[in-house]
Amino acid sequence: MATTALDFLPAPLRSLRLKTKQQELLLRVSTLALIYVLAFAVRLFSVLRYESMIHEFDPYFNYRTTLFLSENGFSEFWNWFDSESWYPLGRVVGGTLFPGLMVTAALLHRLLRALSLAVHIREVCVLTAPFFAANTTLVAYAFGREIWDSGAGLVAAALIAIVPGYISRSVAGSYDNEGVAIFALLLTFYLFVRAVNTGSLAWALASAFGYFYMVSAWGGYVFIINLVPLYVLVLLVTGRYSQRLYVAYNCMYVLGMLLAMQIRFVGFQHVQSGEHMAAMGVFFLLQVFFFLDWVKYLLNDARLFKSFLRITLTCVITVGALALGIGTASGYISPWTGRFYSLLDPTYAKDHIPIIASVSEHQPTAWSSFMFDFHILLFLFPAGLYFCFKRLSDATIFIVMYGLTSMYFAGVMVRLILVAAPAVCLISAIAASATIKNLTTLIRAKSKSPQAASGKTTGSKAAAKGAVDQSLPFQHNAAIALLLGAFYLLSRYAIHCTWVTSEAYSSPSIVLAARGHNGGRVIFDDYREAYYWLRQNTPPDAKIMSWWDYGYQITAMGNRTVIVDNNTWNNTHIATVGRAMSSYEDEAYEIMQSLDVNYVLVVFGGVTGYSSDDINKFLWMVRIGGGVFPVIKEPDYLVNGEYRVDKGAAPKMLNCLMYKLCYYRFGELTTEYGKPPGYDRVRGVEIGNKDIKLEYLEEAFTTSNWIVRIYKVKPPKNRS
Amino acid sequence: MPRATSDAKLLIQSLSNAYAATPTNLKIIDLYVICAVATALIQVAYMGLVGSFPFNSFLSGVLSCIGTAVLAVCLRIQVNKDNKEFKDLPPERAFADFVLCNLVLHLVIMNFLG
Repeated sequence: MATTALDFLPAPLRSLRLKTKQQELLLRVSTLALIYVLAFAVRLFSVLRYESMIHEFDPYFNYRTTLFLSENGFSEFWNWFDSESWYPLGRVVGGTLFPGLMVTAALLHRLLRALSLAVHIREVCVLTAPFFAANTTLVAYAFGREIWDSGAGLVAAALIAIVPGYISRSVAGSYDNEGVAIFALLLTFYLFVRAVNTGSLAWALASAFGYFYMVSAWGGYVFIINLVPLYVLVLLVTGRYSQRLYVAYNCMYVLGMLLAMQIRFVGFQHVQSGEHMAAMGVFFLLQVFFFLDWVKYLLNDARLFKSFLRITLTCVITVGALALGIGTASGYISPWTGRFYSLLDPTYAKDHIPIIASVSEHQPTAWSSFMFDFHILLFLFPAGLYFCFKRLSDATIFIVMYGLTSMYFAGVMVRLILVAAPAVCLISAIAASATIKNLTTLIRAKSKSPQAASGKTTGSKAAAKGAVDQSLPFQHNAAIALLLGAFYLLSRYAIHCTWVTSEAYSSPSIVLAARGHNGGRVIFDDYREAYYWLRQNTPPDAKIMSWWDYGYQITAMGNRTVIVDNNTWNNTHIATVGRAMSSYEDEAYEIMQSLDVNYVLVVFGGVTGYSSDDINKFLWMVRIGGGVFPVIKEPDYLVNGEYRVDKGAAPKMLNCLMYKLCYYRFGELTTEYGKPPGYDRVRGVEIGNKDIKLEYLEEAFTTSNWIVRIYKVKPPKNRS
Repeated sequence: MPRATSDAKLLIQSLSNAYAATPTNLKIIDLYVICAVATALIQVAYMGLVGSFPFNSFLSGVLSCIGTAVLAVCLRIQVNKDNKEFKDLPPERAFADFVLCNLVLHLVIMNFLG
């Protein structure tokens, strides 16, 4: 219809008329551009609701290091020894972090400066994650086109732009490694699949660089270095070995491994740790396979080849087993780490490593959070798997394996939903795109067939197919109904994602918001109040003891030395703090003296009803402390296996340091109308010890809503 | 036992016969690969004798040899005329890719040699 209208236009304008191919291209590019903008814009809720600020815990460390990097340069950063954390041990920051994120942000900052845009590094850090999420949509489009077609690519880009599982880690302000790592992960996979499809060294090299970026950004690179060999192995077993695969894998593995070794935190792990041995094994296996293939090609004689095969295989297996055995026995190849074990066996961490089990994002995933994070993708995923199996190719096998393994891992640990999100989006996109395409072909074929009778359209394939399918009754109407249903589902998905982003995932968790009595929003900014107090009112060399969750924030915002922080590299040190918190005051005083502690900081939610406070985390402190110091026993703090803080609580619980610091002077306070004084709004009970006297510490500062309480450790008494 | 030796003899004979028909440019690549692998083996043997103390130096030495060998094998696959999988790939492009990969490989090795 548009073409007829254009016919009336003057000649120069008529030349602007686009052919169908060009129209399609224009449509595709503009859709992609819109998706790009959408992916960025939807992540800005947190900036609108609160302010341009860094969220949560780890991002504060990343921000602090980025600041250091942009002020002192790369070489200083690389050799940075940080004496402000892990007092008195300190931390070799340059050698114990993944520098990818900081370097990226610092480069972006420098680039913007070069373009004479005077932005603060904080704004760059806040917007890094949304920027990379937007880039991820482009990669998802390219990946979708590689494994299916450009339609599926577009749908995948649209789905991944707003999938809550990914947004949860990439809203503006969540300046964490995952923000850039998911981009790097998907890019590596895309380039690798591309290399397998083309068999080109250049693509394999590109995928090695993608892998390098991933290694520099996030510890999750272990997933790549295990998934890719697994994929190669599956192709070998199913008889899909090709020389394209040989080229892609070997080039990617050798170069990727070498590049990864340049990251100091990873170092020699690629040749020493058990987690990386699968890749090496598959590398050697591929060489053997290639060699056998080549000999077979040369020989052209089945009997001779069989005897040759027997000899070689026996040799290779013996040598491989010997090497592995000697390597493990001599301690050269280190065994798997705890986090890896807990991936394979979900109950491992709970029994063996409390420090891993204590983090809520390492818990197994509940069904509801799958539903919350994936919504309709959860139903589209199996359908997409069906389509993938129907049109099996090297690329679809890869995406199926990526989807299935990452889904398994997502079930084991909440935070790994993030890794599964791209795969789920891609596979669901295949389902959505293929279904809609089928339906529209049906509808168009039907509407075209009368035209074909009048001789207007050429006998296209679709029309011919429609003519054959006409035997089915109500096909046209059913197709329209199904199409409407699909659009309804997809629009529900969009609504759900927007709602989840605005309600659940945009909270900075450093500023808390709650609904007041009259329905208005109440903001609790106690954390920053406390950290600024520390910054202004304590001596610059003061040492602050708190539970490790708050370490990064204290060093970044309060600019003071902490005993332990979120980089949980030294379990004993954390256990010492846990022991101090769960001892009586006089014992704790000795520990604090030995650690040179000047101030103790606790987080307490009893007044506001903020539930993730130190009293609720306290059992983990006891467990972690008890894991190293057997003096601390968990049953001492429980009554009949029950954790309580009211009158019926265990005597040790009522008098330990943490209880005293949290509930000091709380007995005088009325928190809720109609309840006795000292009513804890989180636990919903009246506290058991209202008359708390502190002997070795004194209250220094309590924030306006009592969320953070800071105590000063008194100097030792004079000898009398 | 005699059957096995005669088998082995036959095997080697037919292998060398078949290999004689390989084009010269592929033979040159083969020689290059063998040379690289032999260098890697010598380095591993030396490591066994002397110890692997500057581990990064040892690794970069061995990996540069292995990397060279693997890349050369890839090149061999791509320029092989009998190979149906790579009919569309011109040998010039294959060689350019090969040079690029080698460049990256050895730049990284130089950085790693330390």
